[in-house]
Amino acid sequence: MRAGAEPILSVEDLHTHFFTQDGVTRAVDGVSFTVAAGETLGIVGESGCGKSVTALSIMRLLPPGLGRSVGGSVRFGGRDLLTLDEAEMRRIRGDRIAMVFQEPMTSLNPVLTVGEQIAEAVMIHQGKSRHDAWARAEEMLTLVRIPDAARRVGDYPHQFSGGMRQRVMIAMALSCHPQLLIADEPTTALDVTIQAQILKLMLELKGRIGAAILMITHDLGVVAETCQRVIVMYAGRKVEEASVLDLFDRPLHPYTRGLMASIPRRRPGAPRTRRLQEIPGMVPSLREPLSGCPFAPRCPLATARCTAEAPPLEQHGAGHVVACWEAGRIGVS
Amino acid sequence: MTLRRFGRRNPTIVIGALLLLLVTAAAIAAPLIAGDPLLITPVDRLLPPSEKYWLGTDHLGRDVYARAVFGARISLLVGVAVAAVSVVVGLGIGLAAGYWRQVDAVVMRFMDGMMAIPAILLAIALVSLNRASVFIVVVAISLPEIPRVVRLVRSVVLTVREMPYIEAAVSGGSRGRKIVIRHILPSTVAPLIVQATYIAASAILIEAGLSFLGAGVPPEIPTWGNMIASSRLFVARAPWTIFAPGTLLALVVLAVNLVGDGLRDLLDVRLARRM
Repeated sequence: MRAGAEPILSVEDLHTHFFTQDGVTRAVDGVSFTVAAGETLGIVGESGCGKSVTALSIMRLLPPGLGRSVGGSVRFGGRDLLTLDEAEMRRIRGDRIAMVFQEPMTSLNPVLTVGEQIAEAVMIHQGKSRHDAWARAEEMLTLVRIPDAARRVGDYPHQFSGGMRQRVMIAMALSCHPQLLIADEPTTALDVTIQAQILKLMLELKGRIGAAILMITHDLGVVAETCQRVIVMYAGRKVEEASVLDLFDRPLHPYTRGLMASIPRRRPGAPRTRRLQEIPGMVPSLREPLSGCPFAPRCPLATARCTAEAPPLEQHGAGHVVACWEAGRIGVS
Repeated sequence: MTLRRFGRRNPTIVIGALLLLLVTAAAIAAPLIAGDPLLITPVDRLLPPSEKYWLGTDHLGRDVYARAVFGARISLLVGVAVAAVSVVVGLGIGLAAGYWRQVDAVVMRFMDGMMAIPAILLAIALVSLNRASVFIVVVAISLPEIPRVVRLVRSVVLTVREMPYIEAAVSGGSRGRKIVIRHILPSTVAPLIVQATYIAASAILIEAGLSFLGAGVPPEIPTWGNMIASSRLFVARAPWTIFAPGTLLALVVLAVNLVGDGLRDLLDVRLARRM
């Protein structure tokens, strides 16, 4: 967090469990972070590392009867969201905290016009009349650069392309000027040129509205382009946190280094036929109790201590936190 | 799409709808196009079709044509009323059961129990407890149909509630009731329209069956069911008394089912449509 910036969201030691027939899955296992006003914080990690569940826990959208946040707190606007009742939570959703989902093709209701869907949140939270909310929907569509918004506002989702639908989703999410926008893999389902447009649009509108963004992605490229700070998650835990520059400059956790090494890139002078690197092994099951560092079985640097004892998060330089016994050694090398 | 092209692509809907339209028009205009269905003319008993009695007369000398036309009123009324009642009630229960888990467990067990009641027996029981009336018949036929509608609606809700756009709507701050009515209900309309036609067809048949058994609408009201019932003793001497209501009954049920089948093909997005 940059000095002086007051956090608007602070997640403390969040534990979210899924209670399935096969046992308890600890999807989020003691994650803490803060988001400052106007900041963009990235959460990266591979599928199943708990990044989406973290977002759903903040929004309290976990599947009822299955997933539950069993510990920690999510402080937003001076209150712990985990203790609010459903009606209070509804007032925050879509108004103070909004969300953009991964799948633009299925995140819009096929039987309602996009105008109706954007206007819905405006009517709920700002008590506007149907007519005013409709005008707002039109204004939001213009803002996300849908050409001919006045006509398109009455169109159905199937009349829009994937990229356009994601713009509509962004318009929906920002229609009440939220303080925090949670974007869960907002560009994963889009092709690369559209990805760039959507990211640019999000950053621009974020500045205009003054929202902070929690950017959840598995794409380090997206992080590099959009975020100020990054959290790397693995097996439900935060393993590293740093500013974007610092993280790309000096990744300390072996998992982060593995992720960086597996980005395809062409360096001048590097052999062209180099095979893409991967991280060997599999993500550990989150059902069995983990002793030691969750990454130890896949880690090239693992020692006996790593499998025996979980490393705590330790400071390695300004704002750079990492959970690894060997971080000192990595930092030097 | 022009009407003609629609007709060529969906012949079943057009044929069924035309037949229904014809019968409905006749039923509405019954007093204008037919004589008194209750008028007894003893001297004209069991006459074959003639210029005076287009479809002959029955054993009390009543005009079969007039009775058949007036009987259409009851059949259509019962068909439409049963479809409307069971769809409206079933839709409400099905939406609640599909969306709220607590409601689901209780309501669905109750519905399973209701499905075990045969419509005819329930109707006989209700009619013997109350005075026979069209209202009682509609209630008796609707009750066993409700669980079928509930099951259909619930299955649609269970599918739709998992869609990302429902999560998106929840994340926008909409409350449960609004999600159900605005976001889920529209998806149930197409399968319900189809189901309603099948319910209407079966209701018309059950009503005829009840009237035939004497457990349906009061006997002084002409219906196709009680026309067939009272004519069955004279079928060898005056077969026309059974042909008219029997043929109409079969035709109307066929027409409703044709419309239903056509609508199913038209509205079901999963069936590949011939272009």
